[in-house]
Amino acid sequence: MRKLQISDHIVLLAGVFFMVTPVVLAFLTSTHDAVTIYRTGLQYSIGDQGLSAYETVLTRAGGFTKEVNGMVMLKNSMILGFGFAIGKIVISMLAAYAIVYFRFPAASFCFWVIFCTLLLPLEVRILPSYEIVQQLGMVNTYSGLIVPLIASATGTFFFRQFFLSVPDELLEAARIDGAGPWKFFIDILVPISKTMIAAIFIIMFVYGWNQYLWPTLITTDEGFFTLVRGIKQILQVWVGAQIPDYDQAMALAILAMLPPVLVVIVFQSWFIKGLVESDK
Amino acid sequence: MWRACPGNRKARYVVRGEAMKKVQFNTPAIPYLLLFPQIAIVAVFFLWPAAEAVRSSFYLEDPFGFGSTFVGFDNFIDTVTSTNYARVARFTGVFTFLVTVLSLGAALLLAVKADKVLRGASSYKTLLMWVYAVAPPVAGLIGILLFDQHVGPIVKFVAMFGWHMQIGVDYYDTAFAMIIASVWKQIPVNFIFFLSGLQGISKSVQEAASIDCRSGFRRFWTVTFPLLAPTGFFLLIINITYALFDTFGIIDVVLKTEPGNNPVTLVYKVYLDGFRGNDLGGSSAQSVLLMLVVFILTIIQFRLIERRVHYT
Repeated sequence: MRKLQISDHIVLLAGVFFMVTPVVLAFLTSTHDAVTIYRTGLQYSIGDQGLSAYETVLTRAGGFTKEVNGMVMLKNSMILGFGFAIGKIVISMLAAYAIVYFRFPAASFCFWVIFCTLLLPLEVRILPSYEIVQQLGMVNTYSGLIVPLIASATGTFFFRQFFLSVPDELLEAARIDGAGPWKFFIDILVPISKTMIAAIFIIMFVYGWNQYLWPTLITTDEGFFTLVRGIKQILQVWVGAQIPDYDQAMALAILAMLPPVLVVIVFQSWFIKGLVESDK
Repeated sequence: MWRACPGNRKARYVVRGEAMKKVQFNTPAIPYLLLFPQIAIVAVFFLWPAAEAVRSSFYLEDPFGFGSTFVGFDNFIDTVTSTNYARVARFTGVFTFLVTVLSLGAALLLAVKADKVLRGASSYKTLLMWVYAVAPPVAGLIGILLFDQHVGPIVKFVAMFGWHMQIGVDYYDTAFAMIIASVWKQIPVNFIFFLSGLQGISKSVQEAASIDCRSGFRRFWTVTFPLLAPTGFFLLIINITYALFDTFGIIDVVLKTEPGNNPVTLVYKVYLDGFRGNDLGGSSAQSVLLMLVVFILTIIQFRLIERRVHYT
């Protein structure tokens, strides 16, 4: 039995090594200067540059217009992450509330229209989506960045499922007490959905923060770049460079992953609940 | 005893599409008001572009913007018969298969072990799942550093065995790096689902099994594995969808946005032909073909979710 345990730990440690090492190496490398990295390869110790690469990435104006730096990208990533998560939760909660708690003729039609969106990921309809957003004049705006991403029903389904599991007696009791639709929603349904909202918020924040293809297309103005979008920029500079800025590239990678990773680790139990129960 | 399966009631609702509350509000205008934002966004940013994709797949767009001509199924025929498309489709198939099998296999192994150990279980869990939050292009960026010609430790390591890895130059080496990065990124999701599936198996079933069957290996295949099968089927679809669509960021970064002669997936080709090649009709036709694939996958997924609910 003891032997078994040891082999289990070896397998798990190997797994942890595979998952963690790339990021640890990326961090260690980011603390050295580019020339050292170029000469001797990725680094396995903390370097003499400390966090100066992070300072450079965050504060040095880059790009063609010299308007963008890491702080701006960080702000844009925050706007995208929060805007997407909050927008999605508000809109999908309202829709799910209507579908579950109201009797009206177009209910099943609306349900199926929303359901349709599960059939086509954004990547598949990317070109026409881009053209429509362009026609609407929403290129290089935060709404153009966020709103089209909300057009998928995952959140609505998640809340629908949860509302259906709420006991009917709650609504009966509320109605006897004279609560109308708004009062029931605000005073009863929202408070009992708190954990669910937190869980889905984490999933959606990470999803929004990590968007790449859509921001790449929709933001050509460097003032709207997100951190994840900024990676493409780094690569384009890279192709011609003599000695690529390895340290800054790694610093950008670490910065781009830090907020969502922290959210997932700190709110681990909510995150897992959201992931497993929303069935994606 | 009546409390034994609290999930049942929920399950029934989930399964039936037409699930309804016994008590509902009857106010005529409010539901439309509530649904308006969602329906409006879906109509403008989903239905319209989807219809547009289908429409333009039947047209040949003039590259200089002088209108378009209806060409029937020509775009589809051109797409399906082109040798390049066949090559990309073949690569996509192999890529999807390998990413799915490797990430599911590794995650299952890790989940089984993490479920078994007593010491440090929660640390292992955290250390194995946090990569979920890393964006695919960030995974790609770290990937190309590890596989870099000058600085990458993996390149140095395999060189000792005579493998001179050249990412971005050699077709297979590039594919190898893409697959490793994609698997790395996908293991956490699979791990979380498998682990929660394993923890859902009741202790009494496990105890009964350990009395009947002493071999841990056989016990796994005859008792645990079948009980995990619904989770596995569900994850299979999730993983195929991931490998087809969500790996875009990884592929784009590994190729340093210059594909050249390197392997790309079908979704990447839609993007390349549409935005770089300005072949709107061809790109749309490819989109429509992919839509069919997703459509089929989604139907299978919903069938499976139904079954999954019955098991639990």
